[in-house]
Amino acid sequence: MSACIELSQVGKTYAGVTALDELSLTIERGEIVGLLGHNGAGKTTTIKLILGVIAATRGSVTVLGYSPRGKQSKSLRLQWGYLPESVGFYEQLTGREVLEYFARLKRIDRIRTRQLLEQFNLSHAADRRVKTYSKGMRQRLGLAQALLSSPKLLLLDEPTVGLDPIATRDFFLTLDELRQQGTTIMLSSHVLPGIEQHVDRVAILDSGTLRAWGTLDELRQEAALPLTIRARGHWPDGFDPDHLSRTGIRSYQYSDNHLNLTIERERKLEIMRQLLANPGLEDIDVQAPSLETLYTYYSNSGNNSHA
Amino acid sequence: MHEILTVARKEFRDSLRNRWILAITLVLTLFALGLAYFGAATAGQVGFVSLDTTIVSLASLAIYIIPLIALLLAYHSVVGEEEQGTLLLLLSYPLTHLQLLSGKFLGHAAALAISTIAGFGLAGLVITALSGDFSVAALWSSLGWFIFTSVLLGWVFIAIAYLISTAVSEKSRAAGLALIVWFLFVLVFDLGLLGLLVASDGAVSSELFPYLLLLNPTDVFRLANLAGFEATQAYSGLVSIASAQLFRPGVLVAILLLWVAVPFSLSAWLFHKRIS
Repeated sequence: MSACIELSQVGKTYAGVTALDELSLTIERGEIVGLLGHNGAGKTTTIKLILGVIAATRGSVTVLGYSPRGKQSKSLRLQWGYLPESVGFYEQLTGREVLEYFARLKRIDRIRTRQLLEQFNLSHAADRRVKTYSKGMRQRLGLAQALLSSPKLLLLDEPTVGLDPIATRDFFLTLDELRQQGTTIMLSSHVLPGIEQHVDRVAILDSGTLRAWGTLDELRQEAALPLTIRARGHWPDGFDPDHLSRTGIRSYQYSDNHLNLTIERERKLEIMRQLLANPGLEDIDVQAPSLETLYTYYSNSGNNSHA
Repeated sequence: MHEILTVARKEFRDSLRNRWILAITLVLTLFALGLAYFGAATAGQVGFVSLDTTIVSLASLAIYIIPLIALLLAYHSVVGEEEQGTLLLLLSYPLTHLQLLSGKFLGHAAALAISTIAGFGLAGLVITALSGDFSVAALWSSLGWFIFTSVLLGWVFIAIAYLISTAVSEKSRAAGLALIVWFLFVLVFDLGLLGLLVASDGAVSSELFPYLLLLNPTDVFRLANLAGFEATQAYSGLVSIASAQLFRPGVLVAILLLWVAVPFSLSAWLFHKRIS
């Protein structure tokens, strides 16, 4: 079975301005991919290219085995679902009418719209006009819209912007369920906390160039960013800075009974053993570089970065 | 066809829901009745005096108000959906950009047609009920033609509104441009033509002149409705230069349809260019 999305050296130029340059990505079926970057990094352009809404200036785009702008585009369009960034919908229509409009365009039965309204907790508001909906309700309506055709591929542009924490959690729960059913999901975001546990791989874009691509572990390895160890305990004699520097630890903070160490990845176990050997230790916590740290690292790695 | 009708239905429902249809119907009815009643005031009478005066009054009203309503109804059609993000969404659906544009046009065209027919039709019923002087058959045959051409005039300006809506990137610009276009066609064009006639001192031959009027859809509408009546001399302005026999009604209808087709096609072409 072929990959779900294959971008090969794709470039897009708008009136002389390069929005995307030499982008190559292969996304397998059934994985959740996070597309990260600043505003204007090329996330939406990438999604538009995958949807075939715009044509690539260079390179080739293949989705589910076909070109999204080719003869198969109509059947492709039934197999994917898309949620644009902060979509407004039709304020004067009711939620049900909006969903039925989109369902009719995909020739999908009303039973499905009713089922989705139920699933996204919109049944009680289905006959109210969209203009009375909260941001979270609109986003749920948008997601219901994207899921109308039980898509094989789901493209979500900034899906969590404007959602409160509970709505965000519910949203990710839905994503996890969909992944279990085998849906390939690509979501773009500049809101990083929260998506770490839900994405299989991330692509970091900056100024139209792919800066990093892989699982979080791969990126951590590649970036070789230091780990943070937080230890708590009581050390009646205090801490001896010399001892720390003898073991090669240069970056540490020590106050009262808290100790924060910044160390290289490979020395994690060695230093933890040393700490554990100390009888005064009460608690210890190891933090790998967060997605946010990685993101900052990679989006600053370009020469023309404007972070 | 399924896609076009789905979009058309939604667009029509939107116009119904935001009360455009109701508002247009009411405005047209009230203006039509008022003008028909006071239309003969310059001759020292009020009331529904003669068929000619009534139709002439209605037509001179329609020339101003129908283009304005059509432009207001449709100027945001494409640019508005783009701003709220639904345009991109629709483009990811299994429908072509031409189906989308045609569907939207059909929906708006139906909304305007229904409210024009209802508005002027209602006015016609009141006039029929209140005036015994002229033949009902004559009234309705003239009124029927007037309503038919009014609907066509509305469609022309919906097509022009679509052209505006695909040419600009902001809704507020589309609104401004729509008003300028209205101003140009309804007011400036005739003045310009008159200026040309006077300044060229007859160098623009009087044979060519009537054809220049075809460059303005509101003048085509005038030709279709005013040229035939005695009472029109005072109202029809430039149109009186063109003799009534020059353009048959069928030809004028064809020209109006052309005025729908050309801006719409241009708009479809711009739309296609814009999304590729």
